[in-house]
Amino acid sequence: MAETTYIDAIRLAMIEEMQRDERVFLIGEDVGVYGGAFKTSAGILDQFGPQRVIDTPISEVAIVGAASGAALMGMRPIAEMQFIDFITVAYDMLVNFTATSRYRVGSPCPLVVRGPAGGGTHGGPFHSLNPEAMFMNRPGLKIVAPGTAYDAKGLLKAAIRDDDPVIFIEHKFLYRRIKEDLPEDDYIVPIGKANIRRRGKDLSIITWGAMIYLADEAAEELAKDGVSVEIIDLRSILPFDEEAILESVAKTNRAMILHEAPLTGGAGAEFAARIAEKAFDYLDAPVKRVAALDVPTPYSPPLEAAALPDKTRVLAAARELLAY
Amino acid sequence: MTTEVLTTSNTHGLSKDELLEIDYYLRLTRTLEERLVALFRQAKVIGGLFRSLGQEGESVAAAYALDYAQGDVVQPLIRNMGSILVAGAKPSDIIKQYMAKADSPTRGRELNIHFGHPERDGFIGQISQLGDMIPVMAGITLAGRMQQKNLVGLAFIGDGGSSTGAFYEGMNFATVQKLPLVVIIENNGYAYSTPTYKQTAAKTLADKAHAFGCASEIVDGNDVLAVYGATKRAVERARAGEGVTLIEVQTFRLKGHAEHDNQAYVPPEVIEEWKAKDPLPRYERVLMELGHATQEDFARIQERVKAEVDAATDEAERSPMPRPEEASMGLFAGDGYWEEKR
Repeated sequence: MAETTYIDAIRLAMIEEMQRDERVFLIGEDVGVYGGAFKTSAGILDQFGPQRVIDTPISEVAIVGAASGAALMGMRPIAEMQFIDFITVAYDMLVNFTATSRYRVGSPCPLVVRGPAGGGTHGGPFHSLNPEAMFMNRPGLKIVAPGTAYDAKGLLKAAIRDDDPVIFIEHKFLYRRIKEDLPEDDYIVPIGKANIRRRGKDLSIITWGAMIYLADEAAEELAKDGVSVEIIDLRSILPFDEEAILESVAKTNRAMILHEAPLTGGAGAEFAARIAEKAFDYLDAPVKRVAALDVPTPYSPPLEAAALPDKTRVLAAARELLAY
Repeated sequence: MTTEVLTTSNTHGLSKDELLEIDYYLRLTRTLEERLVALFRQAKVIGGLFRSLGQEGESVAAAYALDYAQGDVVQPLIRNMGSILVAGAKPSDIIKQYMAKADSPTRGRELNIHFGHPERDGFIGQISQLGDMIPVMAGITLAGRMQQKNLVGLAFIGDGGSSTGAFYEGMNFATVQKLPLVVIIENNGYAYSTPTYKQTAAKTLADKAHAFGCASEIVDGNDVLAVYGATKRAVERARAGEGVTLIEVQTFRLKGHAEHDNQAYVPPEVIEEWKAKDPLPRYERVLMELGHATQEDFARIQERVKAEVDAATDEAERSPMPRPEEASMGLFAGDGYWEEKR
């Protein structure tokens, strides 16, 4: 076992997959010589050479498009978006070409698009995006969002080995703040499988990404009042572990969905609808969502903190559900 | 007033058989499209129908300059049916595509010539967001280089399509990476109803090459041998590692954007002027002048073409429509949908 940060887990996943499979390559802005804006790919160019680590112009459409073309030919590209916010520039290519390639014409397009997402780092409106909902409604893409170093490594490996396109959302706030003992040997975290992070019987918090730690804090606080919270870390947004969600709600009868992206039209809306549709008889309270305000993520710390979910709001929502 | 139209007669090392084969593809393209129009009028072809009337020359000639045995890949747009016929696409597959049949190459999921896999077929279907295929073709040629194949890519884009950001990003990326990619801008004067002077202030579309730093050429798009020669030069440059060439072929769409469009926005005298420059009769005239072909040769080719198009139509008409329960299949790997025989 080795102590590994979340960002190192991502780097190791890339290195190990590039060693394992010569078809895997990395393409993006500043990923080679500079080692990535966050140093996520430090040393990878030296190890694998410029044929497999490509420094591109500022061209997200070309990065994702070229990666898609290469994937059609059997390569396994990892396309980095320097900030996941810039994936929006490549949105057309991803949802119209990459996502549909298999369904429309039977041509598998196995690429991974990965990049740092999320707020809490004073990045402002264009460096804080949580993009999962933008892609959830465009069939043909898989979307994962690990919150732990273990899951980051295992899910990135799974994404690289997946025969279909995967958007790998890594949370920049967690890069160097999370450190875990990781197995030295090869392991995969299957896409579509949630992790029951904490077992409980009074309330289910369904969450992912950096919000799992906020859920932890809230659960600890509520435990002092004798409330037992179950935390479902989805890890995969699409496909998602519907069974784990429904099983949890059947047990606790109260469900909260906690995500960092804004409320309206966020991924939580899908999970809430699914619970209402399939677990209605088990519910003792409405399904509640705690999410960011419906605004672009502001820069100034008091504004950003107010926009994003915090412990106060999670606890207030939990208590509302418990008192219903 | 008739204008003397100069047509080049350099055959660029093509054999007589090859010259006649080009004529076969020209006639096949035109005849197949005429058949699709007939089927469209019988409501057997559904959705839109986009002819390449007047532009068959550049589609066929350019695609003929590739070497498919080396893994070369051509990427057509909707008006480049001739190019995929050269690459080996089957007329029956094309008709099945248009008729939305269950055993079309896309099993009814995609329309017109949006089909093809680069490795398996030597051609790849486009998507409708114009310009997107340029980065994709850059990626295909990038993979070819990584896999140590000596393949060259040939991408088509329109005068309108060359205004998109995706076009610029793809061209820039391909050029700076020195990828083996030939890009043909088909300047046919109109993007749907929009004339080129509203599309760009650039003097010529080939001038865009200066922005990328790649080689460029301008060719009479209705001179089959000239287009073949220019493309061949560009393909050879690409294969020798000299990178991207942007070729502007000047041509014209003798019909509207699609069957429903009567081209009322084009002055009728312009259409007449371009009818006189039709690539097919010009090419056949040159072949006859060079002594490589006779009217009997062309008649025989047309007979063969008609027989093939008839057979393809019969086959397509006999195919069933897709089953509704298939609509949810084949999105991801694992259900074996695409591994099933069509």
